[in-house]
Amino acid sequence: MPKELLNKKDMDRALTRMSHEIIEKNKGTDRLCLVGIQRGGVHLAKRLASKIKEIEKKEIPVGSLDIAFYRDDLNIRKEQALVRKTDVPFEVTDLKIVLVDDVLFTGRSIRAAMDALMDLGRPASIQLAVLIDRGHRQLPIKADFVGKNIPTSLSENVEVRLEEDGFGDRIVLEKAGK
Amino acid sequence: MLNSKDLIGIKELSVEDINLILDTAAGFKDVLGRDIKKVPTLRGKTAVNLFFEPSTRTRTSFELAAKRLSTDVINFSVPTSSFVKGESLIDTALTVQALGADFIIIRHSSAGVPHLLAQKLRVSVINAGDGTNEHPTQALLDAFTIKEKKGNIEGLDIAIVGDIMHSRVAKSNIYSLTKLGAKIRLIGPPTLIPGEMEKIGVGVFHSMEAGLKDVDVVMTLRIQMERQSKGFFPSTEEYSKNWGLTPDRLAVARDDVIVMHPGPMNRGIEISSEIADGPRSVILEQVTNGLAVRMAVMYLLAGVKR
Repeated sequence: MPKELLNKKDMDRALTRMSHEIIEKNKGTDRLCLVGIQRGGVHLAKRLASKIKEIEKKEIPVGSLDIAFYRDDLNIRKEQALVRKTDVPFEVTDLKIVLVDDVLFTGRSIRAAMDALMDLGRPASIQLAVLIDRGHRQLPIKADFVGKNIPTSLSENVEVRLEEDGFGDRIVLEKAGK
Repeated sequence: MLNSKDLIGIKELSVEDINLILDTAAGFKDVLGRDIKKVPTLRGKTAVNLFFEPSTRTRTSFELAAKRLSTDVINFSVPTSSFVKGESLIDTALTVQALGADFIIIRHSSAGVPHLLAQKLRVSVINAGDGTNEHPTQALLDAFTIKEKKGNIEGLDIAIVGDIMHSRVAKSNIYSLTKLGAKIRLIGPPTLIPGEMEKIGVGVFHSMEAGLKDVDVVMTLRIQMERQSKGFFPSTEEYSKNWGLTPDRLAVARDDVIVMHPGPMNRGIEISSEIADGPRSVILEQVTNGLAVRMAVMYLLAGVKR
């Protein structure tokens, strides 16, 4: 049986808190933007943006980033990563970017995402927001905003299921290899 | 994910394969529109252009596509290589493989050469045109362009005009566009259209007016002077008079028709300058899309498990 880590309510509360933290740390929303990593991160970035709008009454730009071209595991992955759309419809130079992903694990996706962002321009800063930090970092990368820290073993998978993909909001921990 | 390490022809691809390549190409087209038009995806790989037939645009397109992926490229130009000293085709290819190539991009005047090399080599072989057989990346970039302009390929009426018989571009396009659900019409003199094409569900027309009526897409083919020693048509003047694409002739097509040409164009023979430079022409967009499609092909082949 997969173990439930967060239900819909928990997830919503975590995202609300993260929105407040993002605004607090950046002292408002001036030159702030959110960029979600395909796919889960994109949905979460949109949710964070709408919460920030509720709180601050300001619209902030949201983009989506595909990192397939920047991955370091092209030859070792079992399945080649599908290329999805990168859509960052604003100039990133001099913006404060909050990169959003669902799960922070080895840190390699974030490394790839930072490289991808740097090729789009020269942001003033990049911060990282993740819903779940499951540990096991292989690179010196740390999240600025975390929904929940969950210690995991390498033989487990963290499954983030989101409403936008047709699943109810739910995060579960299951044995790998299923 | 593709199943084969090589791209030999459209014939061997499934509809899913074709769509995967087109979707991936859309991602790469994004990259080409940026200030930094380069991604590190295939860093450390090497592609070798092995061209036994003259080509500037296809070779350049592959070269640039590889460079945009951070792959190193070598142009193995045949007249100056050991080929003139009598080295065999396979020895040349094995040598290139031993030099550490990951991709061999081959163009050859004989049909079947890419297939032969694919069997003999570990590296990925990409067919850049083999005789009158296939030119798969051209058909893929054509499909990409049509999809981009029309949204969908299924159900479109697409006319291919000219020397179908000697055209690998036409052949690859017939394979790909019928797989994708388009209705194909071939237009040209009987001497330049292979027999029994109707049997594969393709319409054959020997008049421009009937053939172009209400089509969504017109592809004009280049008259290949180098393959016309046997007198399939009397003269270029007469060819142009009967089969050249002009505004008058295009008028019977749909209002939103697009005009394509694989290049290089013989202006005033198979296509008038007015059409080539006109608002219905997508000829230069085909060139840009060719880069994105070739990047997608290399990216996907690099991910194939051996």
